[in-house]
Amino acid sequence: MPVARTRSVALLGLAGSIVEVEADLSSQLPAFIIIGLPDAALGEARDRVRSAAINAGCPLPSRRLTVNLSPAALPKHGSGFDLAIAVACLAAAGEISPQSVDRVVHLGELGLDGRLRPIDGILPAVLAAARAGHETVMVPAGSATEAALVPGIRVVGVASLLEAAIWHGGEYDEREVETVPSATTATGPTAADTGIEVPGDLADVSGNDDAVEGMLVAAAGGHHVYLLGPPGAGKTMLASRLPGILPDLDADAALEVASIRSLAGMRPASGLSFRPPYEAPHHTATAAAMVGGGSRLIRPGAAARASHGVLFLDEAPEFPSAVLDVLRQPLESGTIAIHRANAVASFPARFQLVLAANPCPCGNDGTAECTCPPIARRRYLGRISGPLLDRVDVQLRVPRITLAALRAAGEKPRMSSADAQAKVIDARAVAAQRLRGTPWRTNAEMPGPWLRGAGRLHPGGRATAALDRSLERGGITMRGYDRVLKVAWTLADLDGAAVPRAEHVTRALFFKKGIER
Amino acid sequence: MAHNAELGRRGEQLAVDHLEARGMSVLERNWRCRLGEIDIVAEDGGDLVFIEVKTRSNGDYGHPFEAITPIKLARLRRLAIAWCEASESSAVRIRIDAVAVLVPAEAPALIEHLEGIS
Repeated sequence: MPVARTRSVALLGLAGSIVEVEADLSSQLPAFIIIGLPDAALGEARDRVRSAAINAGCPLPSRRLTVNLSPAALPKHGSGFDLAIAVACLAAAGEISPQSVDRVVHLGELGLDGRLRPIDGILPAVLAAARAGHETVMVPAGSATEAALVPGIRVVGVASLLEAAIWHGGEYDEREVETVPSATTATGPTAADTGIEVPGDLADVSGNDDAVEGMLVAAAGGHHVYLLGPPGAGKTMLASRLPGILPDLDADAALEVASIRSLAGMRPASGLSFRPPYEAPHHTATAAAMVGGGSRLIRPGAAARASHGVLFLDEAPEFPSAVLDVLRQPLESGTIAIHRANAVASFPARFQLVLAANPCPCGNDGTAECTCPPIARRRYLGRISGPLLDRVDVQLRVPRITLAALRAAGEKPRMSSADAQAKVIDARAVAAQRLRGTPWRTNAEMPGPWLRGAGRLHPGGRATAALDRSLERGGITMRGYDRVLKVAWTLADLDGAAVPRAEHVTRALFFKKGIER
Repeated sequence: MAHNAELGRRGEQLAVDHLEARGMSVLERNWRCRLGEIDIVAEDGGDLVFIEVKTRSNGDYGHPFEAITPIKLARLRRLAIAWCEASESSAVRIRIDAVAVLVPAEAPALIEHLEGIS
């Protein structure tokens, strides 16, 4: 059979499309031609595949091989098509069964020795194959555990091209090869700092009861948080405890988190992690590092990697304002769209934002040591733009702990992460029950007009008296009003109250406005 | 070098046997001009065929066909024209073929034939 075809997956962002790989063998002088918009790395497959086939022990025929990747208009990147190209060529040469090859989706990069190397983005690619209705996918043995996280598709892990050829009915002698392990790429982050591990316990935070309650509210309602306080007050500590008190992810969300990580080159070590991710990019991060970018292979940025988890921006005013403002789109829509000349990639970005800032450049605000003139302070905090802060429901001042507060805190029992998580799970269940039949699941997601209108969630006159007064005096905007209501609902959910009472609303108002003096 | 020249001659003889067995009639062998050499000129059912023969004793240096580069193929085309001029041939259909001969030390020779390679 001079023409054989198989399938592979081209990824654009998290979305994978099935690519048909056709190989044609013609009686011509030996040549290897790949057509169908390959990029440089894919074009090099020509040399990799031929050498790999020889060294693996299943050489390609010395004839003209033409490989077509279709749809030809779709840009294709990287080395993940090697295996598909090689098996299509072998099938075209009649060495292995074309029928068997046709039914399987192939993913993997070939080494010159014929072994298969794991590639980035196996998880979203296998997911795309499963969604497209394919039943079997062949992946490098080193990626088999990762690929097996996808339900509803049979995963065949092979260590070498020869093993793949034998699986497809090729009559070759078996050879023992060492599997190439799935190591993270040298440039990518190591497994240790993928950030899924839960750092520390909430009980480590002493004093700062308001801040602990603020984090609890944020976790329960899915609200964004802004922490303002001098260095050493515990802002970073508080932020890092937030993922620990969030409930476990559901299966779909966990798979999405793992897919984004897989694409970013952070391969899951074992199994699916159900813990929300935690991303804390440094303030030198660029806009591309934050939302993702790249000219050919579009990689997810910190905001996408934090999807379903926490994005913590420490020293927020030190971030370039352009970088902070790229977060406005994902905060609004929950997705990031990255536009390039030839394609638009979109990533999920439903993260919980935690901003931390010093009150002034020297950080000693409020003490005698502070040397910052008022204008410097205003300018410093002014770098976090109003529209961004407007989307943050919980705004807290985190003061330095005094000795007296520390002594007082030492005697009180502190809330552990486990206790807090239990409360959060209960409160979220109450909110989800109330929001059933709507597209929203947490209080923070509810749109304001719906809250006051169709949702009938305005607690009514007396409870919101303080809030109404604040609105009347111009102390708060209408959007701010809605946000306070949402936080009040979260406080009521945590308290086990059916509707927010006046105390919940005033507390919510404190969380929204407590930062101002 | 003598070994290779001898191997080449042997390969060409095997190729001629193969072509004649296929019903082609060999018109000329090792035709030379200042452009180079044509290994075999043959006639195949009305087609005028110019044949390049590549012989190897093993596969250590790649498949014999891999030695036929685009430059060599272009020269072969010019040689074909030169032969037609020199022999005042009026052939209408001209074809260039390649024959690979693999002569391992202790095994029967392996012959592969590609028709119309350019």
